[in-house]
Amino acid sequence: MSLIEITDVRKSFGPNEVLKGINLDVEPGEVIAIIGKSGSGKSTLLRCINGLETISDGSISVAGAQLLDDEAHLKALRLKVGMIFQQFNLFPHLTAGGNVMLSQMVVKKTPKPEAEEMARKMLERVGLDHKFDAYPDELSGGQQQRVAIARALAMQPIALLCDEITSALDPELVAEVLAVVRELAAEGMTLLMVTHEMRFARDVCSRVVFMHQGRVHEIGPPEEVFANPQTPELKQFLGVH
Amino acid sequence: MNYQFEFGWLFEYYPQIVKGIAITIQLIAVGAVAGISLGIVCAWVRALGPAWAKPVVAAYVELIRNTPFLIQLFFIFFGLPSLGLQLSELQAANLAMVVNLGAYSSEIIRAGIQATPKGQFEAGSSLAMTPFEIFRHVVLVPSLQRIWPALSSQVVIVMLGSAVVSQIAAEDLTFAANFIQSRTFRAFEAYMVSTAVYLLLAILLRQVLGMVGWLIFPRRAAR
Ligand SMILES: Nc1ncnc2c1ncn2[C@@H]1O[C@H](COP(=O)(O)OP(=O)(O)O)[C@@H](O)[C@H]1O
Ligand SMILES: [Mg+2]
Repeated sequence: MSLIEITDVRKSFGPNEVLKGINLDVEPGEVIAIIGKSGSGKSTLLRCINGLETISDGSISVAGAQLLDDEAHLKALRLKVGMIFQQFNLFPHLTAGGNVMLSQMVVKKTPKPEAEEMARKMLERVGLDHKFDAYPDELSGGQQQRVAIARALAMQPIALLCDEITSALDPELVAEVLAVVRELAAEGMTLLMVTHEMRFARDVCSRVVFMHQGRVHEIGPPEEVFANPQTPELKQFLGVH
Repeated sequence: MNYQFEFGWLFEYYPQIVKGIAITIQLIAVGAVAGISLGIVCAWVRALGPAWAKPVVAAYVELIRNTPFLIQLFFIFFGLPSLGLQLSELQAANLAMVVNLGAYSSEIIRAGIQATPKGQFEAGSSLAMTPFEIFRHVVLVPSLQRIWPALSSQVVIVMLGSAVVSQIAAEDLTFAANFIQSRTFRAFEAYMVSTAVYLLLAILLRQVLGMVGWLIFPRRAAR
């Protein structure tokens, strides 16, 4: 049994079918890069896995638990799967430490001292233990994104979904965030990431998924997908002829 | 002009004035705390709450915002006893203030909630928080911060509007001024003193609200 099983997933917004039958099984510890043109449904797929969108058809399960659209099931799923967003989405009224502590205390009812200990550990993991008391608006974009990663990690998820997490960053800040992700991958975290960082995908990922018009158009290990694209759409996307 | 100013009565009547000030302060304290709390609940219902409750709250808000405060006060004090709800002058005045500020503040707070970036809700959801937990821990404080200046102004407006509770003989500052004026016939002086006190109270209230804001909003959360 795979860690994440996505079976015949369809998703429509009104008459617009955005996901047209996605099948994808992710094994524990896999790092999967999702690439494709803007509008091909990459974000929607991640959002469905985390229950931010309800799927129109098909099924998704994470570690054997079915994704169902009721509060108890959603909560169970979201405790297993963390998500990092392009825009960081830190809580502006809380410090970095407060951001990492909040959901532990609210959702898991972790006592404050333990939540704080965990927060310090997670901030250290992303190299920001010295920023525990800083507010988001005192941090650079790269630092904010690393806090967001620490915040997701503090819930001890078994997989992380990353939606273009370096796209909103100035070029010189991309590397520090990717370094954190690279480390997570090395530690065996299961990762599904939508990314435009092809070098990173090639170096770190176990498989690359090329999405096109709501379908998985090509899938395979990075050496194959990048070196030997099969379809004209992927060739065009990669700029090889 | 040969009007002789005469403030000697101040010594005789200062207990009335002090009592009036105390009651006005009490009215605004209860009105602000309970009114804003009611406003938060109503704003939550209208922005994020269950569909069935929205029209109920909308009706309440529109009713209060489109009728005079004096009539609301009379209705509570003179009207409700017919339904078996007999309130003292002060209770009626307090209730009217809470109901009035509740409606106005709910509209202001709702605007703050609706300006919350979608990403804040999604971040909360992805951390397995329930919609209510997200509202309580993620959305509420930055929303209040966004509209705190407008809300503070509304509280001051309602404090000044509290003068009309003297119409049901709640013994607030205006009641004291009326009382003194009718005893001493020193209208100019009596209303001059009460004007000065209202002005001072308003300035003080703004300071207090500013300080409360400074305490509950450690950071510029609006963005
Ligand atoms: N909430 C929504 N309502 C309506 N259409 C949406 C919504 N979210 C995404 N879409 C549409 O779904 C398609 C895929 O979007 P998305 O998954 O964001 O693509 P990608 O992340 O690959 O750029 C786009 O055509 C977009 O307009
Ligand atoms: Mg996208």
